[in-house]
Amino acid sequence: MDFASFLIQTLNSLQYGLLLFLVASGLTLVFGIMGIINLAHGSFYMIGAYIAFVLTSATGSLMLAIALGIPLALAIGAFLEWALFSHLYKRDHLEQVLLTFGLILIFEQLRSILIGDDVHGVAIPAFLDMSIQLTEVMSYPVYRLAISAVCIVLAIALYYVIQRTRLGMMIRAGNDDRTMVEALGININMMYRVVFALGVALAALAGMLAAPISSVYPNMGSSVLIISFVVVVIGGIGSVWGALVAALIVGFADTFGKVLLPEISGMIVYLVMAVVLLWRPEGILKKA
Amino acid sequence: MNATTRAPEVLLEARKLTRRFGGLVANQDIDVTLERGMIHVLLGPNGAGKSTCINMLSGDLPPSEGEIRYLGQDITRLTAAQRSQVGIGRSYQRTNIFPQFTVLENVRLAAQSRRQQPWRIFSKAMEAKWALEKAHACIEEAGLGKRTDWVSGVLSHGEQRQLEIAMVLATDAQVLLLDEPLAGMGSEESANMVQVLKRLRQTRGILLVEHDMDAVFAVADRITVMVNGQLLECGPPAQIKASVAVQQAYLGTEDSLHV
Amino acid sequence: MNTHVSLILKLIAVIAIACVPLSGESFYVELVAKMLLMAIFAMSLDLLVGFTGLVSFGHAAYFGIAAYSVALFSANFGQMSLWVLLPAAILLSALAALVIGFFAIRTKGIYFIMVTLAFAQMAYFVFHDTPVGGGSDGMFLDARPSTAIGSWVPFDLDNELHMFYFALAMMLLVYAFLQRVLQSPFGRVLMGIKSNEHRMQSLGYYTFGYKLAAFSLAGGLGGVAGFLYAVLFGYVTPELLSWHESGNVLLMVILGGMGSLVGAVMGAFVFEAMREFFADITKYWQLLMGSVIVALVLFMPGGLTAIPGRIKRALQGGAAK
Repeated sequence: MDFASFLIQTLNSLQYGLLLFLVASGLTLVFGIMGIINLAHGSFYMIGAYIAFVLTSATGSLMLAIALGIPLALAIGAFLEWALFSHLYKRDHLEQVLLTFGLILIFEQLRSILIGDDVHGVAIPAFLDMSIQLTEVMSYPVYRLAISAVCIVLAIALYYVIQRTRLGMMIRAGNDDRTMVEALGININMMYRVVFALGVALAALAGMLAAPISSVYPNMGSSVLIISFVVVVIGGIGSVWGALVAALIVGFADTFGKVLLPEISGMIVYLVMAVVLLWRPEGILKKA
Repeated sequence: MNATTRAPEVLLEARKLTRRFGGLVANQDIDVTLERGMIHVLLGPNGAGKSTCINMLSGDLPPSEGEIRYLGQDITRLTAAQRSQVGIGRSYQRTNIFPQFTVLENVRLAAQSRRQQPWRIFSKAMEAKWALEKAHACIEEAGLGKRTDWVSGVLSHGEQRQLEIAMVLATDAQVLLLDEPLAGMGSEESANMVQVLKRLRQTRGILLVEHDMDAVFAVADRITVMVNGQLLECGPPAQIKASVAVQQAYLGTEDSLHV
Repeated sequence: MNTHVSLILKLIAVIAIACVPLSGESFYVELVAKMLLMAIFAMSLDLLVGFTGLVSFGHAAYFGIAAYSVALFSANFGQMSLWVLLPAAILLSALAALVIGFFAIRTKGIYFIMVTLAFAQMAYFVFHDTPVGGGSDGMFLDARPSTAIGSWVPFDLDNELHMFYFALAMMLLVYAFLQRVLQSPFGRVLMGIKSNEHRMQSLGYYTFGYKLAAFSLAGGLGGVAGFLYAVLFGYVTPELLSWHESGNVLLMVILGGMGSLVGAVMGAFVFEAMREFFADITKYWQLLMGSVIVALVLFMPGGLTAIPGRIKRALQGGAAK
């Protein structure tokens, strides 16, 4: 592998890892704060991608589609939390698994009814539709760099929200002790709704950003969901920073695995997970 | 009464046990010796580190430093299950049983742990006579004979504590680590339990964490007083009662002693 | 329920199932045979979920591994003897469960659910993305295993009826086996672990080993179901290992009420019947199925076996007023 292709693979790993982080951070927040395992989280990624497809077709602009899509995703998240997930907080994991499994079937079927089962492409916005020449024969698409940039900005914003704001303080407190938060007079139900909607929006945004690269297709959510699980297991449940580190590890392992060990590329991230389980069953960022 | 007059058999010996949680030192350099035929009481106000100490002895919590020996053998690194197998049994401060099972099944499971034959998946658990007989005997010994077939979750608090004792007995434990066995008991239940403890002492060694001062002085052969994770004083009850250091340490915390 | 009544009800159910071929409709014979093997699958998962307290979300992996081993062995060695192939398939899926369990059982709760799912997905990729088992198209079975013992051929798996009764016999065998296991000291330890694992450890049980043994045993029994599937339908696809199948079997267990073998069997029958029924009335059967699942969780905790109790309570409540 020469330097230019190494650079390309590194950029790809970063972009993939950061995108995974967007999905996994919502998953891990919902796990960590509300104690809910949400299998339908991958569906939010799928929904985001299809929103991007539909709205881009309608408006002619991905940027506009994203601008409209984010509030839409937030609304969907808040609605689902109100209608369904708020009934699950005191239930055991098994019931959460079942209900969210049922939701996946519903979402996939609705997708099939409303939009169909074909694969669709989404156009990259014109001003990002170019590439940077790395060597004479290799270039790198600007759109992928833009995705990474957006994800980095979001990660910083998330850091700011969690460390510096009142919501973040509630999130950090809620992570540890629900009664304490309630004793402080904080409306925990509202907090849960906000966090859940935020998680949905992050996953949906990841889907919108990825749509032009991966195109949109049936069941696109499930592979993302399972990789996000791997990220959360490696990073430690409830740890957003663990999710960031783990997402990057998975991004690099997967991308470089496909190049260096193509025969077993599908298995590499799971092998990484197995090693982490032996070494630190609670995830790399949990204190031993 | 005093078992220390003859050459005593040392069952459990802990040296310089220390446990830190982050920056907090929950136990520092605690020495505990337990001999057969003796009830040794760990005494101290809330937060003195008594439960931490018993958790280290039982293997529920690994010590940061220090050494634990059982019959002269180093067991510091053994897991809770391994310590149970060598002969250390414990009960918990918060009742810790199988609430859906009957009293008999709780104790039978405990007895079964001494002869595990997991590969015999075609034999019937309820046909293993030795385990059943053992379970019945231990239930009697703990004074629960009338409750054998009850679902344990519906027993009174005091009876559940007795059940815990029966379970520990069924594991043939030579050392009983009992975390507040009298907590939450009425005076009659409490008196019964004291009788049970005295009976059990004859052949075993018992380490007790207890708040109930009357009961402590009624049963203790030796008392170790802990304050703030440190060992304050250790000796026979008379010495502890007379100790100026203990009185001073307790002067401000009189209330918590009687909780 | 009175043990005699329950025994009689079970007998009636078995006789009713055994009479299905009298209908003369191949469709129903095949459907019920599938229900029977799914019942085995559900019982094997119930050993983990309902009796040991291990919520595995990757149980389809062991079903699929056994099914693929039938296809792969037959493709490489021609027609094989049932008496070799069945144990081999069970052994392979139990072995896979042993390896995966070795990693997964280090974790608990949500972690365990995710880890079992992730490893099952890995197994899915092995068959889906590599040429080992024909990739995403799967494989056809060249020949069903022969049942010959020497020159004696007790039954013929190519015969629809024989296949049906073979599946029924296997289901009863697995039921009896698990019933027995649950009464053994080993089974009691599993239930103790489900009730209070920490207490089991302080009683001197090395629970990791017990849980791993249960996981592996459940994998092997899931393999029995996978074996029957491959032989019944004559083809295998990677979708057998997909997480949808893992979800489906978990649903069967919940539907029947965890911790009851009869419940698991009932759950499997009801689930497959619902799948057929919904697929029959609409091509959007997933929408209906999903809605039923959501409603089930929201309004009916405890599953099917809890219904009599709920009705009873409701009636008593009414009488008290």
